[in-house]
Amino acid sequence: MWTLLKIELYKISKRPRTYIAFVAIAAIAFIFQFAFKADGQNYMDMMLQSVKDTFEFERVKAINGYFMCYIILNTLLIQVPILVALIAADSISGEANMGTLRLLISKPISRTQLILVKFAAATIFTVLLLLWMAVTSLIFSLMIFGADDMLIFRSKGEESQILLITKDDIVWRYIAAFAYATVALTVIAALSLFLSIFAENSIGPIIATVCIVIVCTIISNINVPIIDKNVKPFLFTSYLVGWKGFFYIGTTEEGETIKGSIENWPAIQKSLLILLGHIVVLVSASVIVFKRKDILS
Amino acid sequence: MDDLSFTVNEGDVYGFLGQNGAGKSTTIRMLLSLIKPTSGEINIFGQNLFTHRSDILKQTGAVIEKPDLYKYLSAYQNLYIFAKMSGMKVTRQVIMQQLQMVGLAERAQSKVKTFSQGMKQRLGIAVALVHNPRLIILDEPTNGLDPQGIADMRNLILQLSREMGKTIVVSSHLLSEIEIIANRILIINKGKKVVEGTAAELLDPAKTIVQIDTLNNIDAKNKLEQTKWASFILPSADTIKMQMNKNGIPELANDLTAMNIGILSIQPRHSLEDYFLSLTTQQQNVDIIKN
Repeated sequence: MWTLLKIELYKISKRPRTYIAFVAIAAIAFIFQFAFKADGQNYMDMMLQSVKDTFEFERVKAINGYFMCYIILNTLLIQVPILVALIAADSISGEANMGTLRLLISKPISRTQLILVKFAAATIFTVLLLLWMAVTSLIFSLMIFGADDMLIFRSKGEESQILLITKDDIVWRYIAAFAYATVALTVIAALSLFLSIFAENSIGPIIATVCIVIVCTIISNINVPIIDKNVKPFLFTSYLVGWKGFFYIGTTEEGETIKGSIENWPAIQKSLLILLGHIVVLVSASVIVFKRKDILS
Repeated sequence: MDDLSFTVNEGDVYGFLGQNGAGKSTTIRMLLSLIKPTSGEINIFGQNLFTHRSDILKQTGAVIEKPDLYKYLSAYQNLYIFAKMSGMKVTRQVIMQQLQMVGLAERAQSKVKTFSQGMKQRLGIAVALVHNPRLIILDEPTNGLDPQGIADMRNLILQLSREMGKTIVVSSHLLSEIEIIANRILIINKGKKVVEGTAAELLDPAKTIVQIDTLNNIDAKNKLEQTKWASFILPSADTIKMQMNKNGIPELANDLTAMNIGILSIQPRHSLEDYFLSLTTQQQNVDIIKN
């Protein structure tokens, strides 16, 4: 199994398309960093307009490496599923398209092993993508903007909230957020892998994955009670941005933030369990379908 | 496939013949567990394919239709990957030996996307052989090869069989190739076994097709139909074809001369192709009558 995984990772590493995702992430992070370095002040003025009379900040310090990373992740983690799909959706369909699938199946490896290895490789790719994201959006931002306490702007119902997290309470939240994002994006990898079993080129599963993510995201954002109650809890897209929960710091009854706390830890646990459930169902379905499939291409 | 049953003995070069759509590739895919038969069983090396799949496939090498490989990897890398997948310990020496055998050692580091069809075919053969399998399954191995490539492939198959004692199942539509290399032959049509046997059995001299060309074929045919040779004449439009024992050709020539028929040529066509065509054509005619 380990040998197969090494072979799979080797194959992925040799494909030029693998590096598109890494280049895209670096480019997006760089554009954000450049824009905020050049004109971040206006952005902060706009964001703090409603509260500038209530609080006093040293506004320049509000744009720091931690804050930049949060802004970049807010954007990137919506787009990254497409980048994950680029590789994961190619897992089986790409082999079928090249004609190598029949050669793989005629080797002494079981179909279950093949699916599990493909899934493991897609997961490792997702982890590497997120590590790269951490390097470009967090470490580079810290190098450019420095470290300081972080402001979080949050919409809660019709209210807007500003949370302040001290700089010595942030790093662990990012580690947890990246770990959560890995699980969330692994659902996308599992979905893409499942769809790739049915296709003979990778375009179809990539488009299908993106369409499913878009449709489910739209449904997740519809605020109608019947959907809130009966549909949203079962959609993985309802939990994709759950990583933000690590930055919603707990507060006392007087409104003081509690260092090292999370506002709603049970909700994060529930989200993680649902995402893991999706992964188990999708990978199991992939194994079952693939074991029964006649390999014709 | 419909009630297909056949046995390949160890050391055989087993020719697998059939027209397009006859079921050759489907059968080969079943032998490699790419497709599951709806009923029946497949035993290889005395073991059931579906309960001992891994053990069997470790000892089997295959080229299925066209040899598709990873185009973005080199010949060496492709061979290395598939050797590892077959569960063998791979050394550079083993890989280079295989590439040497198929004449690709000098292109070991070239990416497969730069290869011609013939080179890909040869690399496909190297992939099939790299783990030293007992059974080699080749589906249309001469597809896309030039005449020299076809001759090389034929020689390679004969070498693998005679010098290394490999068991080879080879399907092809090139009947002349099968005739040269196979010691046993199976002909299938529309998923059914038509006939199975050794080349010698199938090419029975008593059933030689004889083609006669004369100065006036219509007149010659009419005259022959009045003689004892009438029962040997095969239906054909403007030529005279007879199925007969080839030992009777001298007597036939004498009779034609005695009947003042100007003979241009008498050709015994004793090939697998004639036999194959006669079998599959007969079956098609029967089907047409049934319908």
